Amino acid sequence: MPITIEMPKLSDTMTEGTLVKWIKKVGDSVAVGDVLAEVETDKATMEMEAFDEGVLTEIYVQDGNKVEVGQKLALLAAKGEEVEHASAKAAPESKPPAAKTGDKHDATPGQDPDGTKPAPEKQQPSSAKKEDGLDVPPSKEAAAAEPAAAGQGVQESRLAPVEPAAGDRIKASPLAKKIAAELGIDLSVVQGSGPGGRIVREDVVAAGQSIRPKQAATPPPVAPKSPASASALEDKKIPLSGMRKAIATRLLESKTTIPHFYLQAEIDAEPLTTLRQAVNSAAETAGMGKLTVNDFILKATAVAASRIPLSNAAFGGDSIIQFANVQLACAVAVDEGLVTPVIREAQKKTIVQISVELKELASRARSKKLKPEEYQGGTITVSNLGGYGVEQFYAIINPPQAVIVSVGTIVKKPVIDAAGQVIPGQRIILGISCDHRVVDGAIGAQFLGELKKLLENPTLLLLL
Amino acid sequence: MKYDLVVLGGGPAGYVGAIRAAQLGKKVACVEKERPGGTCLNWGCIPTKSLLRNAELYRLLKTRATDFGFKFDNLAFEWSKIIARSRGVADKLAGGVEFLFKKNKIDYLRGEASITGPGKIVYKTKENREEAVEAENILIATGAVSRDLPGLATNGKTILNSHDAMILEPQPKRLIVIGAGAIGVEFAYFFNAFGTDVTIVEMLPNVLPVEDTEVSVTLERSLARQGIKIFTNTKLVTAKTNDRGVTVAIEGKKQETLEGDCMLVAIGVDPLLPKGVELKLDNKGFIEVNDRYATNVPGIYAAGDVIGPPWLAHVASWEAIQAVEGMFTDHKPKRVRVFPGCTYCQPQVASVGLTERAGKEQQLKFKVGKFPFSANGKALAAGEPEGFVKLLISEPHGEILGAHIIGAEATELIAELGLAVTLEATFEEIEATIHAHPTLSEAVHEATGAAFGLAIHS
Repeated sequence: MPITIEMPKLSDTMTEGTLVKWIKKVGDSVAVGDVLAEVETDKATMEMEAFDEGVLTEIYVQDGNKVEVGQKLALLAAKGEEVEHASAKAAPESKPPAAKTGDKHDATPGQDPDGTKPAPEKQQPSSAKKEDGLDVPPSKEAAAAEPAAAGQGVQESRLAPVEPAAGDRIKASPLAKKIAAELGIDLSVVQGSGPGGRIVREDVVAAGQSIRPKQAATPPPVAPKSPASASALEDKKIPLSGMRKAIATRLLESKTTIPHFYLQAEIDAEPLTTLRQAVNSAAETAGMGKLTVNDFILKATAVAASRIPLSNAAFGGDSIIQFANVQLACAVAVDEGLVTPVIREAQKKTIVQISVELKELASRARSKKLKPEEYQGGTITVSNLGGYGVEQFYAIINPPQAVIVSVGTIVKKPVIDAAGQVIPGQRIILGISCDHRVVDGAIGAQFLGELKKLLENPTLLLLL
Repeated sequence: MKYDLVVLGGGPAGYVGAIRAAQLGKKVACVEKERPGGTCLNWGCIPTKSLLRNAELYRLLKTRATDFGFKFDNLAFEWSKIIARSRGVADKLAGGVEFLFKKNKIDYLRGEASITGPGKIVYKTKENREEAVEAENILIATGAVSRDLPGLATNGKTILNSHDAMILEPQPKRLIVIGAGAIGVEFAYFFNAFGTDVTIVEMLPNVLPVEDTEVSVTLERSLARQGIKIFTNTKLVTAKTNDRGVTVAIEGKKQETLEGDCMLVAIGVDPLLPKGVELKLDNKGFIEVNDRYATNVPGIYAAGDVIGPPWLAHVASWEAIQAVEGMFTDHKPKRVRVFPGCTYCQPQVASVGLTERAGKEQQLKFKVGKFPFSANGKALAAGEPEGFVKLLISEPHGEILGAHIIGAEATELIAELGLAVTLEATFEEIEATIHAHPTLSEAVHEATGAAFGLAIHS
């Protein structure tokens, strides 16, 4: 029985993926664990592995094409089966042939009422395993299991989703679906208010309105048609990458639904600079890695967030979720946008551990090799544009978090010392953007004050 | 002892709300001054459906026996037994509600309740003893009573309300019905079927004024054929009682005087407000509630007829469930928007959603799909070719804006379309659903097709 390979859902925000490159070709034999293709999600490029063995008989989606999660990508046949299927039908570009002989793969995976079958993510034991190439009758065990398979479509996805796909079905009314398609609204980001959380028309219209007024207010920019430029340069239309789409959706949602407020503090960076020089020259002598200003800021954020627990929280609709651990996200610029890899339980880690971990995560982020669990689940974020010479800014909150710290560059400027004298000094400006539903001004100020205290006494950060 | 919830009133809002709260593990009491079931079960929906079934059977045998090949002499009925059957059905169901209270461990308190303070209720038992209970939450579900004509109180003999009419003995020879809403029309049908000379007077342009005009007009013709005299666009000028009955002056196209043994007043209902607490009321005197069914007094909620129209049992129950779930769970209560409405004369009338009139007033774009039962196999086999299914299908998306059915079993057929509206199904889902053959429901399927010129049998 051939197995359909579909675009897997590799992250909870993923709705479509780009088939970057097929590693296997039609006719290739595939063993369990072989890499079939590279898939680009909204966050990273990942390797798509085979969960069954067989022969790749058909490829429906060619390299470079973007397809929705769940769309059929290829067909894997057990050995000996491939001839029949390869010749059965020339595959159309995007719509693979409908179910053929016993090819009932369309039911929801993850259901196994009689418990005779392994979970859908796991190995499929029945007739797909005909290694001898002959159409042998299935074993007794397989035969017993087969009716369940036919009814339940247990063989649906051969690719292990990061999370079980069972809960991922989007419940939406037919009308809501039609309107969403028309408005170009991604139903996976719409909150349903109908019976059982179903997305109904109202929800889609509301989601549409949060986007629409902006579109109406800013018509697509058109280059001014001055006669001189008419023939010279042409505007370029850049299709959105998965990552750009995710950024667009999430940050629009953040900025339009989260009541942001902003606080700022100027920090004396003199002790930090002095300490860092001392530490780094010692590290160099000892052949150890250097610490960046950002490492100090990350460490300080982790400590401050654990000391002011309300800053490390999220708005949960009818409650506030205060996180037990500081899952410290750090914005990293990559070619197509940015990702925010997460340093887990950062409050328990030393500055050196944080430094080493971030370097490693950032390097893999740039080569798009991060796994979803490495950039999901952050509880507070640091965004540092100091490296670009930016003096101060306010970042947009990374939902569902409540606080993001924005870090400027160290600026040399005249300052007034304790004795009232104007002397040369070094300053760094920290901003925080807070979700007012979770954090009030006083809490934000306490958090920022804690950051300032820690960064102006940086030696402590080496000890904590 | 303090209850989590005390419900005032044991009707379709009250007993349903009480049961849902009990299902949620709450300690609940329900105070009812008569017996559980409310107007619906005791003096409304249920006993009248019993009477109407009698009327339908009798009329079928009387007027159409030969069509069906029946022959008999001396078809007769016993009026008192017709009424007794209706009362028997109500008694049985009232007992059923008491059983449900016991099963759900709800304290059923008999007496007339008043709210004496926040969370404090006093009820007066039959023995005139005053008992006090306390509650975290109070749900007022005291319902409504028939509205009298100004200056003309009902007397149970010549001036009747629906309560009087369903136990009226002996059968009147001539009946005047004021108001052609569902109640007026159902009683007109009932009495007419058994030979009473019935006249309906309605102020608005059509009978069943809330229904689609096309349906109302079809019903008017049908009722007129059955022998009921109908005056629409006609108002009551005076009504006088005398020893022979009642004399009514009406004014429509022209002025007329009607004579009757009695007159049924079916012009709507007034709320039955609990005593002891000052609640904010709307301009019609019904309790004003917010989206969570909360009144202006903290801890006091209200649902059902007492918060205003539509005065329908199924709406009342739904509201009570919303209110109770809002009190005790994180469910966000919803207010009623779309609900089915049914009238149980023959032909029956049922609808959900917008009328064509309302759709046009709201300047919506829609297509109308209509299919007559005269082209439906099951309707012909059952000898019920009267009526049609009419659907309002929105453009461009094709959702069902309104559905209107007149004909046999219309009140059963409407459920499919209620579901369609709730699910926001579009005509495509109905079109794609195989409807069993032969059934009356095929007419629903064909009506969706008809909107696009695709009905097979028309």
